Amino acid sequence: MHDDHDHHDHHHDHDHDHASELSPIELRVRALESLLVEKGYAEPATLDRLIETYETKIGPRNGAAVVARAWTEPDFAEWLRRDASAAIHSMGFTGRQGEHMVAVENTATTHNLVVCTLCSCYPWPVLGLPPTWYKAPAYRSRAVIDPRGVLADFGVTLPADTRIRVWDSTAETRYLVIPARPEGTEGWDADRLAALVSRDSMIGTALARAPQDAEA
Amino acid sequence: MNGAQDLGGMMGFGRVIPEPESEIFHGDWEKRALAVTLAAGALGRWNIDISRHARETLPPGEYLTSTYYEIWVKGLEKLLLQADLVTPEEIRDGRAHAPGAAVKPLAVAQVDAALSRGSPYDRPASAPARFAPGDRVRTRRFNPTHHTRLPRYARGREGVIEAVRGVFIFPDTNAHGAGEAPQWLYTLRFTGEELWGEGADPTLEVSIDAWESYLVSL
Repeated sequence: MHDDHDHHDHHHDHDHDHASELSPIELRVRALESLLVEKGYAEPATLDRLIETYETKIGPRNGAAVVARAWTEPDFAEWLRRDASAAIHSMGFTGRQGEHMVAVENTATTHNLVVCTLCSCYPWPVLGLPPTWYKAPAYRSRAVIDPRGVLADFGVTLPADTRIRVWDSTAETRYLVIPARPEGTEGWDADRLAALVSRDSMIGTALARAPQDAEA
Repeated sequence: MNGAQDLGGMMGFGRVIPEPESEIFHGDWEKRALAVTLAAGALGRWNIDISRHARETLPPGEYLTSTYYEIWVKGLEKLLLQADLVTPEEIRDGRAHAPGAAVKPLAVAQVDAALSRGSPYDRPASAPARFAPGDRVRTRRFNPTHHTRLPRYARGREGVIEAVRGVFIFPDTNAHGAGEAPQWLYTLRFTGEELWGEGADPTLEVSIDAWESYLVSL
């Protein structure tokens, strides 16, 4: 028992030292979390479950499945155009920040780009949590006035006559870009195609990957 | 309000820094910030528009130098205080000084259902839509001190109705406890030239989603 006790004290001191190395925001969040739990407003298991959900269950592979299906099933593509909420919800991608969906298709002449200039509106059920850049001033300020400059930051250059269509998510409508299907993928099934669909291609800051760039 | 959140068209923030798809969080505190924000929101003491307003009323200098999860944390502290769920002293100390209010926290068993259910923001129509696709309209020119979702760059501009989205909760009232006051919502498309004038990208078109009271007929 005595050894255990010593060990416990040591462990406690270690935690304490560690806490003092935390940054102000780390300390602030830790304090807020403890307070919410102590007041009975949040349960630790709930917090862990929320994090786990967005780390492992809800992410851009959902959106890639939607895109790949649109590429392979004309009826589904038509459903997406007509009622994207119903089509996407039918695949089980429902809920928070994806209640009202609109799918916008890239074509040979039009490229779509999605932004939320006022905050960070983003289609969570199909793309997961937004990347840092999507929520940061550089992207939010420039996407609506200089989208080609933004695309250049992502290494994307479009033909000079391509029409650029920017969707500012100012309401609860959430936009999903359906990138153009890459050439050389004839006969591919949906699973194989989904690997070509990056998160950024569904925001509009990238194109779908070419077959030779597919991740193994 | 003309706060720092209304970023469209501003300059000087530098290049966009892409990040890999696998990079979901940058440090454990971001995970905890996400979780406490969602869990506290599930208490039902504020709505999404109130929470957006809590974030956009951060002083501009602070808003622009905070990461988005920092903005969430600061906004959440304001929301908890406004709702009388905590006191400033409790926030300062990270400890309760009195028992919590009688609320029902989100249980772990409810998480999946709560997230997959979401909360629809559309409402039944009580009047026909005033505009139809193809109609030309102008956005109002105003500078309200309250919450609004009509960005500055798109005020007083002419555009074309591209789609009628349905009837949706009106953020300008809902953010202030003044009711849902649902209105027709439209996707309104502008040319780059209409928004930005000389030197605008001639291939650019930008749309916003605009509630009916933001619009006037031409």
